[in-house]
Amino acid sequence: MTPSHAAFAAILAKDLRSELRTLQSLPAMALFAVTTFVIFRFGLDRTSLSGSLASGVLWATLLFAAVLGINRLFVAEREEGGFDAIRLAPIDRTVLFAAKVAALVVYLVALELVAVPIFAIFFLDDAAGLAPLVAVLLLTDLGLAATGTLISSMAVNSRARDLLVPLVLLPLAVPLMIAATGATEPLLSLGGPSYDRFGTWLMVLGLYDLIFGLVGYAVFDFLLED
Amino acid sequence: MPPAQEKAGPAIAVAGLRRDYGERPALDGVGFELAAGASLVVLGPNGAGKTTLLRILATLLRPSGGEVVVLGSALPREAWKLRGRIGYLGHEPLLYRDLSGRENLRFQARLYGIERGAAEARIEELLRAVGMERRADERAAELSAGMRQRLSICRSVLHQPELLLLDEPDSNLDAEGRELARELIGPGAGTRVVVTHDPERHVPEADQVLRLGIGERAVVS
Repeated sequence: MTPSHAAFAAILAKDLRSELRTLQSLPAMALFAVTTFVIFRFGLDRTSLSGSLASGVLWATLLFAAVLGINRLFVAEREEGGFDAIRLAPIDRTVLFAAKVAALVVYLVALELVAVPIFAIFFLDDAAGLAPLVAVLLLTDLGLAATGTLISSMAVNSRARDLLVPLVLLPLAVPLMIAATGATEPLLSLGGPSYDRFGTWLMVLGLYDLIFGLVGYAVFDFLLED
Repeated sequence: MPPAQEKAGPAIAVAGLRRDYGERPALDGVGFELAAGASLVVLGPNGAGKTTLLRILATLLRPSGGEVVVLGSALPREAWKLRGRIGYLGHEPLLYRDLSGRENLRFQARLYGIERGAAEARIEELLRAVGMERRADERAAELSAGMRQRLSICRSVLHQPELLLLDEPDSNLDAEGRELARELIGPGAGTRVVVTHDPERHVPEADQVLRLGIGERAVVS
């Protein structure tokens, strides 16, 4: 068997190289997020947001932008029989799950590097809450990547893939979004960030990541079977 | 055949193999044995189950019934033991369209744990063998179907497999391509199972022929 770390690095490098070369996911995700912020800005007719409204606008936008990337996560494997190439190789198949989760986390971080500063410019009077927000973003990205990778691998061979991913993913992401918005709300409150129940929400996010990481590890091998 | 291989048993032993797609049986009661180093040609009309048989032997499909032993491993239970020992050339080239030919082969080499220096030497050797050394840095999506087939042949033998499973290996290849491919996957390449619609070319080189029919018993000759 090929060592898992070597196979992981090979698959992750292949995915990132393909994305850098074709730019099929990241520009679409970023453009979607920016456009949505513009729509919120004019739709809400507000130049400043705080608390739960700011948190809701940020996470609703990031979640739907993420769906675009999740939809395309396994397209390269579906085309030209790439899944078979992975299944024939002497590797632990859960390495594919781990590498895809890592690739999706990279996409989400890249999305947030564009989207969060624009969100701050459009809606925030005070950027002091952005530093602790990094922890919330990273934990939520992990959970979204684990769930998204699972759903995407199940949906990839379906002709209704574009419909199936949001239909199945969004209900599963509800607990994650409750925790993410719960953790973000006090950070973006009027008058500066507060840390009311911040630690509790981070633990909920960590628990979600752990559960879906373990579920993915346990079932991914079966999802690749015929 | 060397005595050691005789003792080790056949490379492939199949008995009463059945595979159903829903209610429809694609294979029913297929049985044959193939000695190590020998080659088997599988013939039959469209829909007879040739590709299904090959995918079962490659561990890509689970049999619905019967016994299948490949290189000493019983399928599907011990499929994991076979990974890395089989070279599979299917209908799809199993190449990533956005990577170049050389990048595809490097990726494959990393998945098979081939050390970097050895992989580079092997990749160059294979690309030369199929006449692709000058086109290997083009993206797979930009290559013709014949060129992709040549790359796919390189991919299937890159890790020097013990068993080759070839599904219509000549498809999309021109006459030159067929001759070049013969060096890598032809009769000298060890134990082979070849699915083909071109019996004139492949049957004379085969040790055994398996004829699959739709709704008929498989016949080995």
